[in-house]
Amino acid sequence: MDNGKQKKGEAVCPSKKGKLELVDVKQQLAAAKDGPQYWRSLEELSNTEEFQEMLHREFPRQASEWVDGGTSRRDFLKLMSASMALAGLSACVKQPLEPIVPYVRQPEEITLGKPLFFATAAVIAGYAVPVLAESHEGRPTKIEGNPQHPATLGGTDVMTQGSVLGMYDPDRSQTVMLDNDIRTWGGFVGALANPLAAQKAVQGAGLRLLSRSTTSPTLAAQIKQFLQTYPQAKWVQYDPAGRDNSRAGAKQSFGEYLDTQYNFEKADVILSLDGDFLSSGFPGFHKYARQFSARRSPDLKEKMIRFYAAESTPTNTGAKADHRIPVRAVEIEAFGRAVAAGLGVGGPATASSDWGEYASMIANDLQKHKGAAVVVVGEHQPPAVHALAHSMNAALGAVGNTVLYTEPVEAQPIDQTAALKELVAEMNAGKVDMIVVMGANPVYEAPADLDFVDAYKKVALRIHHGLYVDETGVISHWHIPATHYLEQWGDVRAFDGTITIQQPLIAPLYGGKNQYELVSALNGQGSTGAYELVRAYWQKQHTGADFEAWWRRAVHDGFIANSAAQVRNASAKGGVPAASGAADNSMEIIFRRDPMIYDGEFSNNGWLQEAPKPYTQLTWDNAILINPTTAHDMKIDTEDEVEINVNGRKVTGGIWRTPGHPKNSISVFLGYGRTRAGRVGNGPGFSAYQVRTSDKQGIATGVQLNKTGKQFLFATTQGFQNMDGRDIVRVATLEDFISDPNFAHEKTQAPVEGLTMFQPYDYSKEYKWGMAIDLNSCVGCKSCVVACVAENNIPVVGKDMVKRGRHMHWLRVDNYHEGSPDAPKTYTQPVPCQQCENAPCELVCPVGATVHSTEGLNDMVYNRCVGTRYCSNNCPYKVRRFNFLLFQDWTTPQWKMARNPDVSIRSRGVMEKCTYCVQRITHARINAEREDRKIRDGEFTTACAQACPADAIVFGDLNNASSRVAKLRAQQRNYGLLEELNNRPRTTYMAVVRNPNPELERAMDQRELATEHK
Amino acid sequence: MAQIFHRSSNSISRISILAAIVLVSGLLWACLELQRSPYVTYAGVSRMQPVPFSHQHHVGGLGIDCRYCHTSVEVSGFAGIPPTKTCMNCHAQIWTNAPLLEPVRDSFRTGKSLVWTRANDLPDFVYFDHSIHINKGVGCATCHGPVDRMPLMYNQASLQMEWCLDCHRAPEKYLRPRDQVFNMRYEQPSSEHPVEMPGRDGNGVEKFTDQMALGTELKTRYHLRSVHDITSCSTCHR
Repeated sequence: MDNGKQKKGEAVCPSKKGKLELVDVKQQLAAAKDGPQYWRSLEELSNTEEFQEMLHREFPRQASEWVDGGTSRRDFLKLMSASMALAGLSACVKQPLEPIVPYVRQPEEITLGKPLFFATAAVIAGYAVPVLAESHEGRPTKIEGNPQHPATLGGTDVMTQGSVLGMYDPDRSQTVMLDNDIRTWGGFVGALANPLAAQKAVQGAGLRLLSRSTTSPTLAAQIKQFLQTYPQAKWVQYDPAGRDNSRAGAKQSFGEYLDTQYNFEKADVILSLDGDFLSSGFPGFHKYARQFSARRSPDLKEKMIRFYAAESTPTNTGAKADHRIPVRAVEIEAFGRAVAAGLGVGGPATASSDWGEYASMIANDLQKHKGAAVVVVGEHQPPAVHALAHSMNAALGAVGNTVLYTEPVEAQPIDQTAALKELVAEMNAGKVDMIVVMGANPVYEAPADLDFVDAYKKVALRIHHGLYVDETGVISHWHIPATHYLEQWGDVRAFDGTITIQQPLIAPLYGGKNQYELVSALNGQGSTGAYELVRAYWQKQHTGADFEAWWRRAVHDGFIANSAAQVRNASAKGGVPAASGAADNSMEIIFRRDPMIYDGEFSNNGWLQEAPKPYTQLTWDNAILINPTTAHDMKIDTEDEVEINVNGRKVTGGIWRTPGHPKNSISVFLGYGRTRAGRVGNGPGFSAYQVRTSDKQGIATGVQLNKTGKQFLFATTQGFQNMDGRDIVRVATLEDFISDPNFAHEKTQAPVEGLTMFQPYDYSKEYKWGMAIDLNSCVGCKSCVVACVAENNIPVVGKDMVKRGRHMHWLRVDNYHEGSPDAPKTYTQPVPCQQCENAPCELVCPVGATVHSTEGLNDMVYNRCVGTRYCSNNCPYKVRRFNFLLFQDWTTPQWKMARNPDVSIRSRGVMEKCTYCVQRITHARINAEREDRKIRDGEFTTACAQACPADAIVFGDLNNASSRVAKLRAQQRNYGLLEELNNRPRTTYMAVVRNPNPELERAMDQRELATEHK
Repeated sequence: MAQIFHRSSNSISRISILAAIVLVSGLLWACLELQRSPYVTYAGVSRMQPVPFSHQHHVGGLGIDCRYCHTSVEVSGFAGIPPTKTCMNCHAQIWTNAPLLEPVRDSFRTGKSLVWTRANDLPDFVYFDHSIHINKGVGCATCHGPVDRMPLMYNQASLQMEWCLDCHRAPEKYLRPRDQVFNMRYEQPSSEHPVEMPGRDGNGVEKFTDQMALGTELKTRYHLRSVHDITSCSTCHR
């Protein structure tokens, strides 16, 4: 309590503990030259007094304050005496009588108490993410990947995991509206008749349809029919985080739109030019992550993949690279050209002194692996870089091996920005009489220079269709509530083109209408349901016999077999485009999709807002990411509020110094600063769209930063703890691993078995659950974190609570950096409860609320817990989470429906932590015992392991020698976190093996040394 | 110096100390008794229901098997509560005009569920699974009592943790052969009513006259996990 002396409302974020002095950082690094030094945050690295003070508090300051207003000692005593007096009474409450409500006619396939799984598909950026949705008596509660689907192989991503929350969101629009008055769907369809008739007379010259990119064949056919009826009408698609650049790049190279797919199974060397293919939201991410991690196993020896990344904004993809070279986004092209020149592609290139020698070394390595090398480009890079990569891939013999070109998966690929510009011009010219905005939110997300709002307001009839009455919806005449993907029939194509069928898990909660029904109404076909529309479309397409069986199979599996987009034998014809002039040395700004909330589509999703973003570990906000040295030179510090001025357009946000960010460059994530997102999404961050113009949607230069003098406090989960030189993340190079496979145990070893005061227990009779996490495979995408939240009913606590270190995630993914803050190597480490066999937490619980099970689980018994928090004090891993306040929403009916009925809802004052998904263990055990057998390996797994796209988490029975987890643990790379404490953790880690290019490694080390001595 | 206290103070203080002890322990005892009493546990107390459904009549009288209504009891954690349709299977034919059954017919007509009050209601942090108990030879009546003699449903047991643990600590006291699980009139073996089971190798008949012998045999036959295993907290709490 600090005797009430502490200042109220003081900043508690660890990042604010004193100004970071770069001098300190450099001294720290220089002092530790006897081996690699790992660090978690810049503050830890500088090791200031304030950081030390912050650490020595068990929880960040004020963590044990009861309410926000601050509590004096007198208040505290008052409250204590009252609670003591009432403590005895609380046990006397009678359990209330509970109603039980049966079906009237029970659906045949439902067994009460047993979940069903249905194949359907989430949609991200128009592409399907095939999933299996878990349904408890008709309520979808959890999303899993569809392992049969060829496009994802069973992995999921953060947005898909979080999508189930989005469906129940009480802020979704719930009724058809006309000028903010409630109307009916029938009324809307009726009201369409006159304006449509008027448009018919002019062939639809004043009629526009604006949507996001779509891949749905049925919808495309409907829109085609619409455009036939109204030949002068236009269909505009616009995605703020869209693929205009890659489309333009393909056009430059091939003269037509083609999609690029990668096959990392066949790749030995990867060069990424800002290509974040291991980050959620990159089309094909799931498959790529799995392929990449499979080829990343050090047991493959020299066939282990080598990954070079030239990267601007640091992402978790770059963190996986053997060599991550921070390059300004505008210089990526020059970097690419330098590598291309080394491959004999294009003319000689001018290389920057920063990375010139690296480029030639990388070119040499690529050249050596012809046919098994691949160049990947990021979406925000200009078309020239995409075209360059096509030429390089052709020169490397990658086409047909590691790179495939296919027919475009999108229904109608267009230059979206040009189309949007034209639309705005037409609206301004008064040529548009009626616009239907379908699923898009252009008022918020359109480029700032287009002044979309003014143009939009000039349209006489504005119809908006969306999940929320958002920024666009509120200034439209009609608003039609849309359905969530879990509420509708549909067909979408995955990134590889595979037709993926959506089926509803629940009737529309808020009476929404889906896009098929909307276009159907526009087509004057009344209100034909999406099921009839989609089915009828495929009935027409189907050529073989027995449509019904074929259709049922497609719905059941969730996809139509062998429907992937046709591979084209294309070669880059256009040649290498000319360099786009002299390098721009002014400060640049990079606009990136947010790794959690995408382009703002998932703004109102608390799970995603609170999940720490990969790499930065920031929650609830976007920040201005900047290189620490650049920040130092500009005399700005983390959490300073700064005004970004991009050629006259301004927006203010907080600074976050980010290790590994290129100098003279800032990055911002899109999707924040919403005003009409809902209760969760309104407010956090700033809208980067305000400074984003149509000609520079990826990168802009000429940026000025001006300090406002104010502070902007962030909520981060990074940096609440210190490593104190412990051997937490263990790393070796492939060379060292081959010569010394036991490297992970050189420095620290677990004590000999038996050297303990704990009662030994024989776990060999039943199951012995264990988890092995391969740090070499982990891509740090955080899918596991959101999956855990969904599975275990973990509450959202909000920014203020996260700042105080009260976030509730049972599983966190730690970042460890090594080397200089300008170009660190980065490792990620998921940390769930380690389920120690000799668990330190259990010894200190005064009420026996945390005890050991016979299968080795460290059980947490909520109904016994009295909230002393001793267990958390004594946990060496800090994986226990305490309900400081009533974080669960016990009243909103929608949230009750969203929860997993197999897991208790925890109330205030209760400790909680990872249980290894004990509910899943129990179900599997009961199923097995009913059949009188043991649980088979792989029969079930934990939520985190199931969600992992990279297959980095393996769970199973250690008593079964043939189980995957037992085999992994038998490897020499396997080590326990802090195993020297002799707590015998059941979760263990596979040490990281890097596969650096020795030549390049030497060059980069030398440069780092040289900068340090400067 | 004069005595401050009268001699009788000695006895008064002794008596008050004793009385205090008796009072405090009495209060404690009363609290514990109250906590275990039907007032708190509802044991033996039937609840108000929309229709006074009689298990005695349907199970005892008509001989309807438990699983006719509680369909998922063998495969799911939840035994299942019959949909209105199950009632109407018969009551579309018989007692079609009985006023008592009006709520049932109304539910079937309108599609609005009947709202029953749960009789056997465990706390929300307990995850009981019917299917595994049925499978391991725990009879319905072992926990639910003589349902076939209950005109109105009530919970027979206190459903408190000590009651659960009574069996989880010594399951042999209650186990019965699997084919007897749904038998409402099953009696534990005695010399007058021996329980017969096929021999372990499948041949012949084994006779049991003692529950402990039968229970111990069934524990091995049905592969019950050890007492340690089934008294781990995560067996029921998660």
